[in-house]
Amino acid sequence: MSELSVSTAGQIPALQIIVPMLAAPLCVLVRNARASWLIALAASGVSTVTAWLLVLHVGEHEPIRYALGGWLPPTGIEYYIDTLNATMLLLVSGISTVALVYARESIASSISSDRQYLFYTSWLLCITGLMGIAITGDAFNVFVFLEISSIATYSLIAFGKDRQALIASFRYVVMGSVGASFILLGIGFLYAATGTLNMVDLAARIPVTESPRAVLVAFSFLTIGLMIKAAIFPLHAWLADAYHRAPIAATAFLAGTATKVSLYVLMRFFYSMFGVDYSFGSLFLNWVLLPAAVGGFVIMSLVAVFQTDLRRMLAFSSVAQIGYIVAGIALATQAGLTAGIVHIVNHGVIKAALFMAVGCILLRAGHVHRPSLDSLYRRMPFTCTAFLLAGFGLVGIPLTAGFVSKFQLIQALLERGLWPIVVLVLASSLLAVVYVGRVIEIMLFREGRSSEGAASGGVEHGHSTGIHEAPLTMLVPMYALLALMFWIGINGEVTLDLAGEAARQLLEGMRVLTPGGVS
Amino acid sequence: MSLFAPPAIYLVAALICCFLPRRGRAVLLLAVPVAGLVSIFSYAPGVHEVVQVLGFELSFVRMDGMARTFAVIFSIAAALAALYAFHVHDRLEQIGTLVYAGSAIGAVLAGDLITLFLWWEATALASVFLMWARRTTGAMATGMRYLIIQVLSGVLLLTGLLLHYYDTGSIAFDQLGVVSPGTAFIFVAFGIKCAFPLLHNWLADAYPAGTITGTVVLSIFTTKMAVYALARGYAGTEMLIWIGSVMALSATFLAVIQNDLRRTLSYSLIGQLGFMVVGVGIGSELALNGAMAHAFCSVLYQGLLFMCMGTVLYRTGTSKASELGGLARTMPITAACCLVGAASISAVPLFSGFVSKSLTLSAAAYDGHYFAWYALLIASIGVLCHTAIRIPYTVFFGEDSGKRPAEAPVHMRAAMIVTAALCVVIGVYPAPLYALLPFEVDYSSYTVAHLLTQLQMLAFAGLSYIWLMRRGLLTADKDVMFLDTDIVYRRWLPAALPAVSSSITAVWHAFQNLCLGALSFAYQRVEKVAAPGAILAQGWSVGTMMFVVIVVMAVLLFANLL
Repeated sequence: MSELSVSTAGQIPALQIIVPMLAAPLCVLVRNARASWLIALAASGVSTVTAWLLVLHVGEHEPIRYALGGWLPPTGIEYYIDTLNATMLLLVSGISTVALVYARESIASSISSDRQYLFYTSWLLCITGLMGIAITGDAFNVFVFLEISSIATYSLIAFGKDRQALIASFRYVVMGSVGASFILLGIGFLYAATGTLNMVDLAARIPVTESPRAVLVAFSFLTIGLMIKAAIFPLHAWLADAYHRAPIAATAFLAGTATKVSLYVLMRFFYSMFGVDYSFGSLFLNWVLLPAAVGGFVIMSLVAVFQTDLRRMLAFSSVAQIGYIVAGIALATQAGLTAGIVHIVNHGVIKAALFMAVGCILLRAGHVHRPSLDSLYRRMPFTCTAFLLAGFGLVGIPLTAGFVSKFQLIQALLERGLWPIVVLVLASSLLAVVYVGRVIEIMLFREGRSSEGAASGGVEHGHSTGIHEAPLTMLVPMYALLALMFWIGINGEVTLDLAGEAARQLLEGMRVLTPGGVS
Repeated sequence: MSLFAPPAIYLVAALICCFLPRRGRAVLLLAVPVAGLVSIFSYAPGVHEVVQVLGFELSFVRMDGMARTFAVIFSIAAALAALYAFHVHDRLEQIGTLVYAGSAIGAVLAGDLITLFLWWEATALASVFLMWARRTTGAMATGMRYLIIQVLSGVLLLTGLLLHYYDTGSIAFDQLGVVSPGTAFIFVAFGIKCAFPLLHNWLADAYPAGTITGTVVLSIFTTKMAVYALARGYAGTEMLIWIGSVMALSATFLAVIQNDLRRTLSYSLIGQLGFMVVGVGIGSELALNGAMAHAFCSVLYQGLLFMCMGTVLYRTGTSKASELGGLARTMPITAACCLVGAASISAVPLFSGFVSKSLTLSAAAYDGHYFAWYALLIASIGVLCHTAIRIPYTVFFGEDSGKRPAEAPVHMRAAMIVTAALCVVIGVYPAPLYALLPFEVDYSSYTVAHLLTQLQMLAFAGLSYIWLMRRGLLTADKDVMFLDTDIVYRRWLPAALPAVSSSITAVWHAFQNLCLGALSFAYQRVEKVAAPGAILAQGWSVGTMMFVVIVVMAVLLFANLL
């Protein structure tokens, strides 16, 4: 693994994208539920391995610059991989793999078997798009992959069981398209102002002196577009319905990855491309992002407290957690960025595990209406324990991953002397205790009032009969994520170092190197 | 932390407990504290283990004299409580007890603030199950109130810890002193768990609400852990002398007016804490030894009294003074144990309270803290009246209630007898206790002066109690409160006292209602916009979402173009 540039191993950046991309049409060709699931799992697994290799490589070397197809920029498209996006690639492919293992039983129960191959095709396209966004070094290419992933996401959501899923999907189509077009407009203006689409070149030419207005408009459009895609408060409204209505396995995957990738783009554009001085110095981006972040984690935590459907509760809590990430990013300091990046990873893992637990309950109980989950612990002890442990992570109890990132965030805020925000972070953590605690209290301690509660929950399967523990294929991936969460929580410095390195590279801006790859 | 460190043993046992049948669990609960004790004594004194976690040097085991004293008494008390609770079926309560005891021992062994914080929160979370195990709506609500306050203490500790870390770059848990905002936060966090005046409400609210056995367990750990934390971090802080004096005095007033005897005991527990806090505040070696010894002994005799009241509650279904009386006829052993507990708490010579209380009193006198000395003396007399005479008298002797309950079950009897025996042994032969204390003890409790003072005081208080009885001033329960501290010295005060305490209570209730009112108003307001289907929680229509996008865009462009 010493020299990536010449051998076949040097083609890993391309393999990262091509494997899932080619696997997608293969799924359509075989048209078989089981086979397409296997193909998707294999492709996702390969991507995880390649992403792991990339993480190892960029940990020791300079960022990789890989000219796709041998076409050098500015003609061709370049892949630019440093610690940040290698980490993102690993996050996306890793969670996708784990969620795919989990998905089979869950999907088999909610989608008819003749349509399942389409679901896995969409899934593969979605990870292709998400990883493409993360890997590319070309601004327009970002948009292309963004559209691929978005369209795949719309269809994943539309696979949801009830007709509401179609409405949720449609709303997301409209909002997502608006976001994407804002991003496209922004990139267009940038091209007009600088004459290049390559990020490294863009980074070198901004701020331009000839047409500062165009760059400024581009900047504003990109901000809005990315805020929509990343579901940053108050542009988050599409997210709750989408997460609620989508098939739960897809939600677990998307909650862990999709908005996170948009946050990555936000960091890549504003730090690497525009540069800290431009984004946060002359344009006061922190005056936009910081209030949005604080509003997000306070208001959305409050809303989550009152939700009775677990999926909706977790969806709003996701928006709140995105608020923490954005708060870190908006500080524009080494510590703040580190906190943001670490929380991207940690929250991805935690929220995926939580949604998986909810999916298990949904599979067995037929609903996830909180007040009707009384004494579920007796029937599904492992699922409920998983929910409890992941809930600890969400709250940020020490020894879980959530603590590492929250601690880092609080340190970063203190470093800037932002006292009131620290207080609000702690207060919203207490709210997380409340909304997680309410569920746990009902699962563990509330004695069965079974029948009438079940009726109001809209249950098909009946409440008290026949609920038993979820299948092993769903429990194992869930506990794998939990183990990872505790591992991160206990060995916090591993992820903190990785994120710290990524943050350092971001703050330095993109380094102009000679392109490697095949020449 | 190795798997054989004391707290780890408890936590592993709690895990095993999840899978054991009933008998197995009860035996395990007994065996674990013994294993814990062995583990504690297997560490060489002064061991300080350090682990690197997250770039911090955490130390899970610091086995110096102070920590060992507390770890030992916690283990002994945990074993006695387990014996007492041998009949309990409830898995939840048993697991809660194990985790609670384990984290309390973990907290006193913690060598740095982060570890302390972890165990600090763990005790809060574990102990609430001892209330929730009753599974009544009332216990649920009480438990929730208790939990909120306990977690608040943890949050304050965390805040203080971060501030302190920023100030000094150190997370070591050594002498802190109230010198900066950070240490002040930590001080308040400790103060909440130590039931400082005005921060004490949770204790009297929660302890009587536990299960019969749960209350015994509750009375052992949280507050003593806080005393340890204060002794470690704030020894010699002048303020503590005043706080402790006020605790000792105010608890005396509040203990008398309670009809529920478990509540009376909760207040008298606060009074005993006052003694320890004064000792910590004085901060000399003698005083710290006094506080440690007092903590050690009070765990035993306070636990014993709680056990006796628990037994009464177990057999008769009530622990209210007005409904009890004359139980000694059928419960002679419980009555005898209760008398031993009473003698210990009122520091009768040859009982454990005497050897520990005199340490603190002497320390106050040597260093010239006469106000504190006087306050503690008054409190001692108060203890005698509201706990030591009143409880045995009203429950086991006094006016016959007509109740004829059976004697306590065997295991409860055994637990009470062993605890009572320990109280006497320590009182008669204090040398092993003194040897355990962190500082060299060159002190003898049994001097002529000490004996005379104490006997005089006891005789005087006892005489006045009898005199009051003869005068018919003690017929109703409520009248006992006048006795409390002052009638012995000033007759005119009795009339004023109930007014004072009831007006304090009234103000406090008004304040509570105000806070609750504000909270519920806010809750309703938020619920109105955040409940499912309300504006913030529903799926917005495309038009609404677009409108928000446009507004944000406008703000952004305006900000950027400005």
